[in-house]
Amino acid sequence: MTLSTSIRNLYSLSNQLRSAQRSLFKTQMYSCVIPYPMTFLSVENLKVFYQTQGKQVHAVDDVSFSLENGESIAIAGESACGKSTLGLTIMRALQGNAIVSGEILFDDKSILKISEEEFTKTLRWKEISMIFQGSMNSLDPVFTIKQQFDEILKKHGYKGNHQKAILEAVSVVGLPISVLEKFPHELSGGMKQRVVISMALLLKPKLVIADEPTTALDVLVQAQIMSLIKRLKKEGIAVMLISHDLGIISEISEKVGIMYAGKIVEFGNLSDIYKNPKHPYTDALLKSVPKLKDGSDLVSLKGNPPDLVNPPEGCRFYDRCAHAMEKCKKEPPKIKTPSGYVLCWLYE
Amino acid sequence: MEEILSAKDLKKYFVRGGFSGHKDVVRAVDEISFSVKKGETFVLAGESGSGKTTTARLILRAIEPDAGTVIFDGVRIDNHDTALRKIRTECQMIHQDPYASVNPRMTVSDIVREPLDIYEIGSVKERNKQILEALREVKLEPAEEIAKKYPHMLSGGQRQRVAMARSIVTRPKLVIADEPVSMLDVSVRVGILELMRELQERLGISFLYITHDLSTARYIGHRIAIMYRGKIVESGPINDVLLDPKHPYTQALIDSISDPNPDNLTKNKEIRIKEFSDIDVYEGCRFRDRCLYAAEKCKQEPQLETIRNDRSAACFFPLN
Repeated sequence: MTLSTSIRNLYSLSNQLRSAQRSLFKTQMYSCVIPYPMTFLSVENLKVFYQTQGKQVHAVDDVSFSLENGESIAIAGESACGKSTLGLTIMRALQGNAIVSGEILFDDKSILKISEEEFTKTLRWKEISMIFQGSMNSLDPVFTIKQQFDEILKKHGYKGNHQKAILEAVSVVGLPISVLEKFPHELSGGMKQRVVISMALLLKPKLVIADEPTTALDVLVQAQIMSLIKRLKKEGIAVMLISHDLGIISEISEKVGIMYAGKIVEFGNLSDIYKNPKHPYTDALLKSVPKLKDGSDLVSLKGNPPDLVNPPEGCRFYDRCAHAMEKCKKEPPKIKTPSGYVLCWLYE
Repeated sequence: MEEILSAKDLKKYFVRGGFSGHKDVVRAVDEISFSVKKGETFVLAGESGSGKTTTARLILRAIEPDAGTVIFDGVRIDNHDTALRKIRTECQMIHQDPYASVNPRMTVSDIVREPLDIYEIGSVKERNKQILEALREVKLEPAEEIAKKYPHMLSGGQRQRVAMARSIVTRPKLVIADEPVSMLDVSVRVGILELMRELQERLGISFLYITHDLSTARYIGHRIAIMYRGKIVESGPINDVLLDPKHPYTQALIDSISDPNPDNLTKNKEIRIKEFSDIDVYEGCRFRDRCLYAAEKCKQEPQLETIRNDRSAACFFPLN
């Protein structure tokens, strides 16, 4: 009796040991055989649904892409296509009613799986920071710029010299030191935007997510902010630009993802997408932008994007597409292109 | 071609008075002259704060000009009832933000009807017909159903179409469009611009298009005037001005635009302009402090002078 129990115990113990060994082996395997050794951000099958009053809004629906070191990406699309939600998910700044599934790997760390504390301690603002949409209005009107910089440093437990860090961040974006003592209302729109950008750079992140960073600005100021972001890129910061302005995107991003109704319908290199658009939506979008140097006629895109509460079966661009076929009513396949992919039946 | 609107030496200074007696004068519009021909689209372009919208408000007499005259369709616009009625029925405005410019508590039909009610145009029955006609004109179909809706049931592009229906319902000769597409989605913009072109062809409406976006301006405009700090610095046929600028400010504006072109990625973006400095901007050329080519002579004020037929620039050293 005692002998058989002890044998059984021994047996289960050895089993446990073996499975522990196996899982250890797996993690080792994983860390040495990563599919793309240079990938620093990869998003796989990401889905974000918002739960509202018994309805689910499919804001981001099965989105995948990856970025290699030194690359910047732009997400382009109409309003309400889910591009801001995508940015907020990577920053883990979604509202409480969001249901997230899928995988986001940043430097091999799973952003969605680690705990809130660990994310705050290791990644938030330290590795990934964000320039929010309408960020000119996100400065607190009752504190000076310096106090607001200080708050970030305190919140994130910055150990070094605060004064030095702030001065450096301010000088990077080309602002005079005198702005530190000023209140937000004393600054112009372009200066406020630079303050917000320098706040995003304060802890020297690797990735900055910029959600429509120039939308509310004048053309000249917009161009200055663009050249600033271009310069920062040269200094090694990767930018994820969320914008609907295809002109600005062409200044900044090596990779472009075209988003439509919650899906990235085409992803690839800037020049491939602009010179040889594959998806009919990409084509339509490029043809609807007035250009200064070329007075050719434009084609407007008829109709509205589908409701994301009940997205239609099959291709979501079906109703507005000039090439729509019978089989487009089924989910479009993901076709590989030279530098990315396209979701369209045309290329099957 | 005949002129529908001509503004001469229009001037408006805003005075910010302090308690100490110190007065701050902003020269929002400073003696500008221009004219809009029948059936054309005239563009007024410039940065925010350059006085574009103030000019529009002066034309409609929403504010009183300090000096200068506005002649609309042969009638000098002053404070007489007949003149005001003329400009306010035959000249209409489309505003920038379709989310703010239509009343959320009114149905589309009521919104479009309002100008007819105010100016008592037509009988009640005729008004209903005119409303539906205007809605069809701006391609809001089916008009009967849209008329019953409230603005929150419409998309941004549709709201802007409602604002356009409201502006054409009184059968105006001139429509002032103040950044009508800047708040809209890229894919919707072209639709609105196309609609403006179509209305112009079909109804013979002239447009005064106010914008900071030179790309859409080129797409829709015939002639352009560039404004800087309350002054017109350059004007002429739109393709000439935008492809061969004469004023350094126009050149800087053009530099700042990024056309969607993958070659931009590797190029440096160079904008030929300097940062602001603290000189008195109202003395001499107002662009002097930011101009790369400024010389001693620029301390005098340059006048808007004709360079060659139909082209003029206010610069002592026009670019070539």
